[in-house]
Amino acid sequence: MVKALGYFIEIIRGSVITIRHFMVNMWFHTLKVLRIKAKRKGAVTIQYPEEKRELAPRHRSLHRLMKREDGKPRCVVCMLCVTACPSECIYVEAAEDPDPEIQKYPSTFIIDLSRCCFCGFCVEACPEDAIRMDTGQIEFAEYTRDDLIYDLEKLTG
Amino acid sequence: MSEWIIVLIKIVCALVWFLMITLYLTWVERKESAVIQDRIGANRASILGLRVIGLFQPFADAIKMVFKEDFTPRFSRRFLHNLAPFLSFFFVAITISAIPFGDVLKIGGREIKLQIVDFNVGLLFVLAMLSLGIYGVILAGWSSNNRYTLLGGMRGAAQLVSYEVALGLSLIGLIMVYPSLRLSEIVHYQGELLFGWLPKWGIFLQPLGLLVFFFAALAETKRVPFDLPEGENEIVGFFTEYSGLKWGLFMMTDFMEVLIISTLLTTLFFGGWQVPWLSADGFHFPWGGQWLLPHGIVVLFQVLAFNLKVFFFCWLQVLIRWTYPRFRYDQVMDLGWKLLVPLSLVNIAATAIFMSI
Repeated sequence: MVKALGYFIEIIRGSVITIRHFMVNMWFHTLKVLRIKAKRKGAVTIQYPEEKRELAPRHRSLHRLMKREDGKPRCVVCMLCVTACPSECIYVEAAEDPDPEIQKYPSTFIIDLSRCCFCGFCVEACPEDAIRMDTGQIEFAEYTRDDLIYDLEKLTG
Repeated sequence: MSEWIIVLIKIVCALVWFLMITLYLTWVERKESAVIQDRIGANRASILGLRVIGLFQPFADAIKMVFKEDFTPRFSRRFLHNLAPFLSFFFVAITISAIPFGDVLKIGGREIKLQIVDFNVGLLFVLAMLSLGIYGVILAGWSSNNRYTLLGGMRGAAQLVSYEVALGLSLIGLIMVYPSLRLSEIVHYQGELLFGWLPKWGIFLQPLGLLVFFFAALAETKRVPFDLPEGENEIVGFFTEYSGLKWGLFMMTDFMEVLIISTLLTTLFFGGWQVPWLSADGFHFPWGGQWLLPHGIVVLFQVLAFNLKVFFFCWLQVLIRWTYPRFRYDQVMDLGWKLLVPLSLVNIAATAIFMSI
């Protein structure tokens, strides 16, 4: 009985915490309803499809292939990204370019996004700065796996 | 004939009030827990793109539950299995008939009590119906023919029976102070004044009784600090084998019990429909002022006061549900038998001594 009474203070303290949260949050909710500017919102929730969180500048989002000034892909098919990729989701095929300065260009460049783990190693590995992950796109869910296989057109586009 | 119509209207009004508030208690529970935890809570349910802070959520829930498969396990005792949710629902729902919502309403020379039935043993009736609700729990556990639900039902029976004792004993002091079992008379007694200014509410005359009653009543609702029969997050509870609307009835019963406990707390300990210093013809303030009001306004004030108090206690119970973790089984029994029962006995003795002085 004495032990149970000892818990009593802690029980009260616990309810004080929840009551405080309730009152403070309700205060800010009310301010929002009355359209009065407050220093914070009543909830920490970001209501996703309508409200989007700002991405960090170093966030790794959907890949893109960079182009030269004349519009050709910057990639020289050195295969470093393919080697670096831990999930083996990059597939590159080379073709010969008539320009002796370039020598090789990718005839196919496929990233299988259903396997990609967005580690960014391909970006790190690339000596030509041909692949980047800075598009800021994070919503590319599809209904089939085939739609997640991105080819050269989709990646440069 | 018109008597019957009035009774019918009262029944319909009380039931609609009861069921609507029960429905919206689910919304209150979602929203209040969200606000406590810095979230927003369910706000997506909409009708024609109109979503008023999720106010349509209860209807979405109800529709979902109606269209779920109503599965009865092959090994269950079918009749009792189907009967159990209705039993527990019925015995809680019937309790509302004894609760006074307000004083007498005078319309066209007719006096209408804002209470469905004014039993002369109203308090006993309420306690009896709350105790009979245990049958739903035990039957649900037993008729599912599943060892774990049976254990859940047994836990529920043990808990509810033990707290029934404290619940009953805590009210004896109250019956001594307000010498009546008629709920309307208990509320009338609470309209009197102590020392000329303090309303004679149960909280001022029976603070210990209120404490014991509140804890015991919380245990009776089978919700979180005392949710051993159900144990929704890890232990298997008594309505595991239920699905669809029958499961929904058990869920509704929980919320109805919250509402019933709130109305009982209001009626017994917080003056029911009494507004401090408001009598039948208006306010008579203890410092000498007067504010006379027409009859309709007074009744409106009383009903509003009753509703406000009930909502406050619903809010408080939801807050408690979202604040505390579950008691261990032995702690529940300790609290019931070693703390609440002795305290209620002390309360009876203290009340007797005070009254004989």
